Amino acid sequence: MPEQPQVERSQSDRPMIEIRNVTRSYGAFKALDDASLTIKEGEFFSLLGPSGCGKTTLLRMIAGFDNPTGGSISVGGQPMEGIPANRRPTNMVFQSYAIFPHLNVEQNVAYGLKRLKLQGGEEKRRVEEALAQVSLTGLGKRLATELSGGQRQRVALARALVMRPKVLLLDEPLSALDKKLREQMQVELRRLQQAVGITFVLVTHDQYEALAMSDRIAVMFGGKIAQVASPKEIYQRPVNRQVADFLGGMNFVKAEIVEENGASLVVDTLGFGRVKTDKPKAFVRNGGAATLGIRPERLRVLWDNATAKFEVAGKVVERHYFGEITHLIVEIPGLEKPLSVTETNDFGADDIPVGTSIRLAYDPEALVAMAD
Amino acid sequence: MTAVRRFLSGGWLPSYAFLYVLFLYLPVIFLPIFSINTAATPKFPLSGFTLHWYEDLPRTPALLDAAWNSLIVGVSAAVLSTVLGILAARSITRYRYPGRRTINGLIMAPLVLPEVIVAISMLLVMLQLGLSLSLFTVVLGHVLVCIPYSMTVLTSGFEGFDRSLEEASADLGESAFGTFRRVTLPMVAPAIISSLLVCFTISLDEFIIAFFLTGTEATLPIYIWGQLRFAAKLPGVLALGTLLLVASFLLMTIAEILRRRAARRTQNEGGLYA
Repeated sequence: MPEQPQVERSQSDRPMIEIRNVTRSYGAFKALDDASLTIKEGEFFSLLGPSGCGKTTLLRMIAGFDNPTGGSISVGGQPMEGIPANRRPTNMVFQSYAIFPHLNVEQNVAYGLKRLKLQGGEEKRRVEEALAQVSLTGLGKRLATELSGGQRQRVALARALVMRPKVLLLDEPLSALDKKLREQMQVELRRLQQAVGITFVLVTHDQYEALAMSDRIAVMFGGKIAQVASPKEIYQRPVNRQVADFLGGMNFVKAEIVEENGASLVVDTLGFGRVKTDKPKAFVRNGGAATLGIRPERLRVLWDNATAKFEVAGKVVERHYFGEITHLIVEIPGLEKPLSVTETNDFGADDIPVGTSIRLAYDPEALVAMAD
Repeated sequence: MTAVRRFLSGGWLPSYAFLYVLFLYLPVIFLPIFSINTAATPKFPLSGFTLHWYEDLPRTPALLDAAWNSLIVGVSAAVLSTVLGILAARSITRYRYPGRRTINGLIMAPLVLPEVIVAISMLLVMLQLGLSLSLFTVVLGHVLVCIPYSMTVLTSGFEGFDRSLEEASADLGESAFGTFRRVTLPMVAPAIISSLLVCFTISLDEFIIAFFLTGTEATLPIYIWGQLRFAAKLPGVLALGTLLLVASFLLMTIAEILRRRAARRTQNEGGLYA
């Protein structure tokens, strides 16, 4: 059994990557606009956003394939300005995997080690170890053309990990895989990251991928970082409608601010009445109007005579069946848009006829105020 | 009606294909057949088997000179057109700029220009430039006709070259030169060798341009042309022709195999097997 590399397992608060006011302009167009971000040592960090939001640009600048037109990037406390890609303590898993087609698996993994001119059997030992980490033991002699997509992905991972980088950069590594394999790789990647303890930076446009794998997520739109937080916070407390929308379904309700103080907001809504909620850190008051959001799964159908402290009444106008869950569209008097409700099917939500009057329970904690 | 139906059903296509190939290659097959015939005149029935005509070939000094000239011209033209072809193919496959298609078209044009016209124009230009006709002018002419072939082979080798391969190499610590040596070159090497072989073969077989642009030094096709005046030399010409034919066929086959290998290498990237 080869000895595992001695890397600090636990996540620390020490910064690994510091991105300060980084801008990347192409003429008048800004691919990245004054982005600042700190990624901690040992963290699994995701850059999440739609295509063209600047996430890949940022990743490529950390790797050294592109340079900021303003601001600075440092990795492991060392400023990266003027340091080319081949001398940075980062390694990348490319979207296309970029497996060298003229080399076999072993030669691919050993590619970067060749330059280090390791003594004795060290190179072979490290290649074996990396192949074992990605469960490719025994496939060393295969050619790249003889591998499946999932196997190529593992080779790309092993080839980067074998260099023992301070930071592993992953550019949409799972986008070419089919759904089932993708979900399996998400679990494996997360497990691998915990085992090696290296800082991972993942670029993805898939919100579920980011939520499932990351310690923290930066959501990006139009070259700007909209929110940086843990998956749970991003999902439950999105700072604005754009972030909320990008991370799955969200019901938006217009609200009127009645009272605002340091930590909380009291708002009046049609449908939900007067609600007191936590004030998000990034909340910026824009006149007297605000928006409340509630996730579809935070609204529960009240059966028969059951009651709840907080409830709204309405009428089912649409029903969509999804196997384990049912999606109900419920019209609430006073609300301009009907609410989406996601209910598990164990109590028969899939049998509620369209047109039925129902009551929905909610927790005011689940109502989140956000800037428009 | 049934005849029409049978015609439309395409049942005659295999026979057509067979006749077509026969028509194309029958003359070519006569060449080796008559080259091992004892009679000096090429006609049936064959009079007997001999390798006499082949044995005579290395004993003909003029032929050896011509072969040597062809070798020099062929190698020079192949190297020059491949180097120029690499630059052009890299630029056309890698970068996007205005006029890219036009430039590509202009480079490929000699393929369809009448060779006699190209040869005469080149002759005029060479004379205007004050160059005296020699093997060097033949090389220049051959480069012109070889480049379209070189471009075709090389662009198919370079096309789809995944840029992230070079980035991956840099990412793994390799320098720019090391990346070129360890990734770029091995990946496109088959295409480059293929281009060299194709250009050499074209130059070796090319007659018209060589005929116009050479001075006193003959290349093989010109030597053959000269020998045709003497009926007694015909079997020797046939033997030489057979050798050229075999050599061209072999070189082109190897070149095509290499070209396909290069294209496979550069294009089989990404998650195609997902």
